[in-house]
Amino acid sequence: MSTVEHAPMSTQTTTTKPNVVARALAHPSVRGLGLVVALGILIIVGLITAGQRFGSLDNALTILRFAAVVGVVSVGMTFVITGGGIDLSVGALVALSSVWATTLATQTMAEDFHWIVMVGCALAVGSGAGLINGLLIAYGRIAPFIATLAMLAAARGLAEIIAQRRTQIVEVDGFLEVFGGDVIGIPVLVIMFALVAVAGWVLLNRTTFGRRTVAVGGNPEAARLAGIKVQRHTVLLYVLLGLACGIAAVMIVARTNTGSSTHGSLLELDTIAAVVIGGTLLSGGRGTIVGTVLGVLIFATLTNVFTLNNLDTSTQAVAKGAIIVAAVLLQQRIAGRSGAS
Amino acid sequence: MPDPFLLSMRGIVKIFPGVRALDGVDLDVRAGEVHCLLGQNGAGKSTLIKVLAGSHRPDGGEIRWLGEVVGLSSPTAAIAHGIATIYQELDLVDGLTVAENVYLGHEVARGGFVDRREARQRTRDLLARLGHPEISADQEVGRLSAAGKQIVSIARALSHDVKLIVMDEPSAVLDGEEVDNLFRVVRQLTEQGVAVVYISHRLAEIRQIGDRVTVLKDGRTVIVGLSAADTPTSELIELMTGQSVLNTFPARPGVRQDAPVVLDVQGLSRNAEFSDVGFTVRAGEVVGLAGLVGSGRSEILETIYGARRASSGSVAVRGAKLRNGSVGAAVKAGIGLAPEERKSQGLLLMESVTSNISVACLDRFAPGGFVRFGAERSAAADQARALDVRPTGVDRLVRTLSGGNQQKVVLARWLLRECRVLLLDEPTRGVDVGARGEMYALIRRLADDGVAIVVVSSEVEEVLGLADRVLVMREGRVVHEGPADEIDERRVLDLVMEEVAA
Repeated sequence: MSTVEHAPMSTQTTTTKPNVVARALAHPSVRGLGLVVALGILIIVGLITAGQRFGSLDNALTILRFAAVVGVVSVGMTFVITGGGIDLSVGALVALSSVWATTLATQTMAEDFHWIVMVGCALAVGSGAGLINGLLIAYGRIAPFIATLAMLAAARGLAEIIAQRRTQIVEVDGFLEVFGGDVIGIPVLVIMFALVAVAGWVLLNRTTFGRRTVAVGGNPEAARLAGIKVQRHTVLLYVLLGLACGIAAVMIVARTNTGSSTHGSLLELDTIAAVVIGGTLLSGGRGTIVGTVLGVLIFATLTNVFTLNNLDTSTQAVAKGAIIVAAVLLQQRIAGRSGAS
Repeated sequence: MPDPFLLSMRGIVKIFPGVRALDGVDLDVRAGEVHCLLGQNGAGKSTLIKVLAGSHRPDGGEIRWLGEVVGLSSPTAAIAHGIATIYQELDLVDGLTVAENVYLGHEVARGGFVDRREARQRTRDLLARLGHPEISADQEVGRLSAAGKQIVSIARALSHDVKLIVMDEPSAVLDGEEVDNLFRVVRQLTEQGVAVVYISHRLAEIRQIGDRVTVLKDGRTVIVGLSAADTPTSELIELMTGQSVLNTFPARPGVRQDAPVVLDVQGLSRNAEFSDVGFTVRAGEVVGLAGLVGSGRSEILETIYGARRASSGSVAVRGAKLRNGSVGAAVKAGIGLAPEERKSQGLLLMESVTSNISVACLDRFAPGGFVRFGAERSAAADQARALDVRPTGVDRLVRTLSGGNQQKVVLARWLLRECRVLLLDEPTRGVDVGARGEMYALIRRLADDGVAIVVVSSEVEEVLGLADRVLVMREGRVVHEGPADEIDERRVLDLVMEEVAA
């Protein structure tokens, strides 16, 4: 017996011009292109308004160094959001990791043994807190928003207790030499960001872990019935993001020579904003690392252009807000059009 | 001269990017009639009712309402004219009460303040008019059954003084008794002069409730206003599919008695849902579970699959007992489930056909965790070809496939895993009538290849036609077990109803 079904999409006989545009806009790579164009426009604005001060190699590296910390966390955040979650505690985790890695005890051990102790401490604290987030969300069935909101408060509080509200200066020379230095002119922080971004891209696009992340975020029930261990995977996503926060803590300690409970404040907003304007669906099920990296760069460049033009941080904040709204509106229009049939 | 029709649509065209969803549809509806809209998935029924509801603006054609040309530019405009639509996914707010839902958007207010007492009273009147005074106006809608929600939706429509109610597959979520109830309500409405446009897949229902039938195919009207009572079923199917189709079931070759028992379920119970269910399935055998919605059929499948935890009893595959409540263990043992709610439980709609097929055995294409796309894609393509998924092309999003082809994708997923046991929950739900025969043939072919299959279906005819052996369920218990060809539909229905009626 022959089939007599008709999938609506198969009858594409009337291809008019506007829907070519709509379909092109909906294509992921083209959406990435839009971000590239936005970044290009920003760069042109920077060159016009600040000229050589903006266009120098030094300034480019400044932008990248500035973007690196947010970038590393944003890559981790892309996984959590793609997997259908959200994490508001990232800034607090960075603060806690930075403080824990720079206590007198940790630093003494690092002096005696190796600076790697400090790195290990930051990564362990970040991942450990991420593990708690993940367990509360996956097995405790607490909404991600609430669980990580609680972690935000608790982790930053714990950081304050440990640091006794003081800024902890790093005196381990080896640590500063390695992470404060550069390789063939490129700051180590920027290289770390690049490595994390590449690793994130591979993990999301080329591995079973990435594929399962998309499945869990897109349709958790279908993923479960397909034999994916949804709860365990969810935990792993938050651990991964916690690990990224640990890496970011190492970077922020290296950049500022300090560990502090005030590090990473409002980092959750910057990362979520970068992820969302990059094109990752806030509802889960679709994520893009390239988009996230472009989103991070757009915000970093914007801040830089504004600073070079002596605009204050308040104005920057307003502009950021406007950009987020514009980007999401655009996304929805595109999603709405491609989903119309 | 007055128009004889309440509503008449002429040459309605609606174009979406790349698709002419409606390509010249005509529809005439008289006051006080039940007008059935028939058509396969993708024929344009949903689009047409969205045009009627004012949520899609047509790109061409003319709509006359009470003889006047009207433009239904928004849902508000449609309601203002007296056209209400009750969608398949009932658009009620679960957290509000019945009365609040009925008057949502046009609250009974006095001087800016909501008059709750008046709203409650009017809601009670509406519910009484619908013959459902037992539904309390103060009840939270989320606590109502699907049937109750439907009544509330109808009450909401009536609160707008409507002349035409469009119902999109209202019976899909109801059981037999609830459907009878709904039909009583529909008849009452039509007696009061309200017209109903009724959409359903079930031809028997259309014969029972409908006055006239309009058939859509490929976005065009095939025939307008056929008599619902006198048109033979075969003719309706012919009109819908463009070919003569009978629900032919594939021949049963008979199960070899020496075929090994693959699935062995013993004394399986789960709290209030079902108790002491036991049966075996041999390689190459199809076992059917018949029973009403709520008789525990789907729950049994999900428990065998480990998605629910059994309170007692055991499930074994080829003699090895499975860990209770573990989907992982079931999948590893070679069990696959095609769930009832395909879209919400089975598919990753935004993903490609390839991803959906490979999701359950991704590891095979990913040595060391890195996915080898070529191998994954060609394996998925092989399965898609073997099951004849159309249109071809495994990069296509699953969302764009028809119901039958989506179901094939779910099956392909488990075949790729080389499943030895397939649990099929309502395998032809949402599958067009014309494509069902193909699905039946496919299921039989899988059995012939040695897969042990358990089928659950609300349609008794389907269970009897497809299965080698039938288990009849009533209120969580097996009340009959025997070869499918030794029992008829009538006897099954008697068994299923017996206690319910008492």
